[in-house]
Amino acid sequence: MSHHIIWTTIGAILTLSIYSFLYKDNPFYKFAEHLVVGISAGYYLVIYTFNFIVPNVARPVFALELSGEAIPLAGLEWWMALIPGLLGLLLYARFFPKFAWVGRWPLGIYVGGYAGLGLSPVMQARILSQMQANSLPLTSVTNVLLVVGLLGTLIYFFFSMRHKGVLGVFARIGIVFLMVGFGASFGYTVMSRISLLIGRVDFLLSDWLHLVG
Amino acid sequence: MSWYDKLLQVDRRWIFLAIGVAVVVPFFAPLGLPVVVTDPVQGLYDAVESIPPNDKPLLLSIDYAPATLPELEPMAFAILRHAFRNDVNVIVMTLHPAGYGLAERAIRGIAEEMDQVEGEDYVFMGFSPGVSAPILGLGVAIRNVFPEDAYGTPLDEIPMMEGVRNYDDIPLAITLAGWSAAEAWIYYAREPYGQRVGAGVTAVMATDYYPYLNAGQLQGLLGGMRGAAEYEVLIEREGKGVLGMDSQSVIHLLIIILIVLGNVAYFAQRRAKRRAALEDA
Repeated sequence: MSHHIIWTTIGAILTLSIYSFLYKDNPFYKFAEHLVVGISAGYYLVIYTFNFIVPNVARPVFALELSGEAIPLAGLEWWMALIPGLLGLLLYARFFPKFAWVGRWPLGIYVGGYAGLGLSPVMQARILSQMQANSLPLTSVTNVLLVVGLLGTLIYFFFSMRHKGVLGVFARIGIVFLMVGFGASFGYTVMSRISLLIGRVDFLLSDWLHLVG
Repeated sequence: MSWYDKLLQVDRRWIFLAIGVAVVVPFFAPLGLPVVVTDPVQGLYDAVESIPPNDKPLLLSIDYAPATLPELEPMAFAILRHAFRNDVNVIVMTLHPAGYGLAERAIRGIAEEMDQVEGEDYVFMGFSPGVSAPILGLGVAIRNVFPEDAYGTPLDEIPMMEGVRNYDDIPLAITLAGWSAAEAWIYYAREPYGQRVGAGVTAVMATDYYPYLNAGQLQGLLGGMRGAAEYEVLIEREGKGVLGMDSQSVIHLLIIILIVLGNVAYFAQRRAKRRAALEDA
């Protein structure tokens, strides 16, 4: 029996074990669930280790080699590999209560760095570009709907004043647009979940049982 | 027990069974329902179509994991077939650790199917962690993020990477992601560098990306298996996307029927309770 058939059969058995939960909870489901969590953790560990830690930290620091080229000990590339590696190790200090405070340093650098990196691009992408795109002339039905819906939705979330009068009208319009949006989102969610089921059924029927092409 | 009470108390496992049958039957009896192409998908297709052949490469970031495979892998296959059909070189990479094997499977499978040569027609960079850091780094220099490909070959030794330094040499970057990686490409590639970005996302996420599409921050958008099916129609090569559409339509119809039935039963029950309360009073 070829490896492909064996692994496909194992995949099919695990798929059916997971779906057995739809009838009721059972040991087959529990086993498959624990297996996927364990294998995912192990797989991620291996990928991160051999695709990142080894070539970018371990090899430069210990073998003095970066991307196939020799680097000098205590040179710039060596320090650029060592310092982030040490900071990463310091994160694990949180497992030792006496030294847990040390782990806050690399965490601070990590959070601060990413916050700084993201501040300008995210502001540009999520706020400024969107404001520019939604500044539309009210010359078509679509544009009017877009602007009215946007204003209504924003006003609905403005809680510093009572939703009365004109504000109340816009807030109620905003609710309608929100509900339509949620409905569309729900429909897409249903489609997404069904797609995953279709994918698994396709695997069972074509890859495993070869009943369909 | 009245009909509406029975309806509202149906064991959900019967519904699961009905859904299961509705998925399976179209596999054996295809309906051949038409797939209509929408503007977001057409936009991405046109963006890939506009890349000149044998010139600068398309960057395809396969950022999905096995959990979202049925929705996103058909997109990857369709885009790769489209690019290779047009003699567009492709750089494949991934920002998801579980995406490494899937990205490799996609590029090697389609490259073999279409007789593409590694190093000349495509290159697989592998995985780079961090999301924002590699995306930003690619804008400065690709070799800073990927000094070598996934198999250890330095980029300077790969023929198709000659002259490809950063986003200036990449006409289009497409991300296929079931998580926030798609947004990251907009934040860190589109906004600071002006890189043209397209996205394929799961249907759950698609509604979140229409604002970016409408604002011109995305060249095109594929949403779920339906988006993959539309792209397959455009490249005239049906795959898993189109295959799943019959089941998708049947199940959606079933769910609509169940929702209507549920609502009818609910309002009938409510009316009966009010009538009973009035009679008691």
